Amino acid sequence: MARIDLVDLAHSYGGNDAPPESFALKPVTMTWRQGGAYALLGPSGCGKTTLLNLISGIVTPSRGKILFDGTDITQASTQKRNIAQVFQFPVIYDTMTVGQNLAFPLKNRGIAKAEIDARVAEIAKLLDLTPVLNRKATRLTADAKQKISLGRGLVRSDVAAVLFDEPLTVIDPELKWQLRSKLKALHRELDLTMIYVTHDQTEALTFADTVVVMHDGRVVQSGTPAELFDKPAHTFVGYFIGSPGMNIVPAEVKGREARIGGHVIALNRNYNVLPGTAKIEIGVRPEFVDIAAPAPGLLSAKIERIDDLGRVRFARVRVGDAKLAARVPQGFSVPDSNAGLVFNPARVHVYADSLLVEGAA
Amino acid sequence: MEKVVNQKAWFLVLPVFLIVAFSAVLPLMTVVNYSVQDTFGNNQFFWNGVGWFKELLDPSTDLGGRFLASLGRNLLFSAIILAIEVPLGIVVALSMPRHGWPVAVCLVILALPLLIPWNVVGTIWQIFGRPDIGLMGYVFNSLGFNYNYVSNDIDAWFTVILMDVWHWTSLVALLCYAGLKSIPDAYYQAAQIDGASRWAVFKAIQLPKMNRVLLIAVLLRFMDSFMIYTEPFVVTGGGPGNSTTFVSIELVKIALGQFDLGKAAALSLVYNLVILIVCWLFYTVMTNAGSERPPKEGVA
Repeated sequence: MARIDLVDLAHSYGGNDAPPESFALKPVTMTWRQGGAYALLGPSGCGKTTLLNLISGIVTPSRGKILFDGTDITQASTQKRNIAQVFQFPVIYDTMTVGQNLAFPLKNRGIAKAEIDARVAEIAKLLDLTPVLNRKATRLTADAKQKISLGRGLVRSDVAAVLFDEPLTVIDPELKWQLRSKLKALHRELDLTMIYVTHDQTEALTFADTVVVMHDGRVVQSGTPAELFDKPAHTFVGYFIGSPGMNIVPAEVKGREARIGGHVIALNRNYNVLPGTAKIEIGVRPEFVDIAAPAPGLLSAKIERIDDLGRVRFARVRVGDAKLAARVPQGFSVPDSNAGLVFNPARVHVYADSLLVEGAA
Repeated sequence: MEKVVNQKAWFLVLPVFLIVAFSAVLPLMTVVNYSVQDTFGNNQFFWNGVGWFKELLDPSTDLGGRFLASLGRNLLFSAIILAIEVPLGIVVALSMPRHGWPVAVCLVILALPLLIPWNVVGTIWQIFGRPDIGLMGYVFNSLGFNYNYVSNDIDAWFTVILMDVWHWTSLVALLCYAGLKSIPDAYYQAAQIDGASRWAVFKAIQLPKMNRVLLIAVLLRFMDSFMIYTEPFVVTGGGPGNSTTFVSIELVKIALGQFDLGKAAALSLVYNLVILIVCWLFYTVMTNAGSERPPKEGVA
């Protein structure tokens, strides 16, 4: 039970003297609220597992500090930090029964037997492990083993936070949904801070109230799923979240207008002050670009293919060199080759050097 | 679909079949043949039925007495060296470095004793232990111990056991090291998170994960130590008296010294059987150690 503060935290596996670009985690300052459900989202190699291991103490940071409720624990060992962590692949103590596996973290901390039994029974019930409690853990399926790992993470009631490192990778898709909603329910019930690392946006968006998106060792945005969807702070967030991802197109922006190859797209806000040397792009989600019959005044695009996702269809189109995705309105019969694009001005964002620019009203 | 019948495949098995026949089956059958006969030389054989086997297992006869005494010594020897080499090998493996150049150095140093031929090992220790010119023997005697492996049973055993430990602990250590290296880091990390002590990590992770290689180590060390011949023969010659005469030394005396082919053949067969049975016991006990017991009532 703790608030976790990261202060200028950075880590390089090559030591403190390594060049700043090579750091696995670039300096980050942020706060994890007590009781929050967080997802750390990003592609493989973006530093999310490093960040997790820094919090749990498996890795000691090159720079910066970690505070639990204001106390500096940067140099404290994992054992002293009171953190629970669940790993990507199940870790099972082979010689023990399922029950003994679940009891292990409690037993190591010298908790009374009656309390251990009660706690183990409770967690086993939550994870449907009660029928196998007295069986050897080695003989169970990968699913069940990972449930035991999850159980060992959740069995301690006093932990500062429970960290999950892509814990559902080995689990069947159907069970994945169940376990995820179970974790969510557990979060509500137990008032634990949970940090869930994943590269799967669905997993992140369904689990967390706050999603922290990482890219290339940096935290690029942290916000609610809606914020990430509506207002990506970084072009990476734009195309990493959402399916298909955000359209990012180089453009010239002046005042309330953006120009793509001579064609003008209206903007809702005023962008008079843009950094001069920056690479300017506009970003708009495919959900807010509609395909229409070619017409003067519409940006004309060449249709490459149509993706039918069932509830909605997206057209993959090409404008000059840029590839875009756009929604096909219901009942609209798609022309063979060329079409016009209708932008929703309120949903078009401007990015300078990949970072969101807030326009003036 | 029709199953293709092609008898030509037998020709591919034939070489293996012949090799196994000539290298294992035929010699073994010769031994079986000898074990039920007696000979007075001149290639003349007489049927003796199970006579040699009866004599072999009867401690009151010369053959039985010698066999059972050496068998007892051999079992004791194997038990002692297993009790020393297995724990010692595990400790060595646990204290070896995991990364970088020290790994290579350790591996080479550990492998050295394994590369030395048996009779050279015997000769090294034979000289090493001599009270007059051997470093170990001289130091022991200078320290006030009356150490002499030629005249004292205990000293002879001490020397032979120390020699075996020196020669073969590396094998156990290398096997255990391989077993330890195969444990993913996540296990250690999880144990850290779970607050496990060093001892708990060993008991809950390292020992169970080494189970397989330990089984191999125990089997190899048992078989080798149970068949040991050259080293004690070179160091003590089986003495003083018969105190370090192990089964193989006794066997060679009977077969080549006395040329009692029947007795030696019967002894070989029983010897072989004992090894098989003990190995089977080790295998069964160690593979079942981690398996499931019937569920008990009540909470775990």
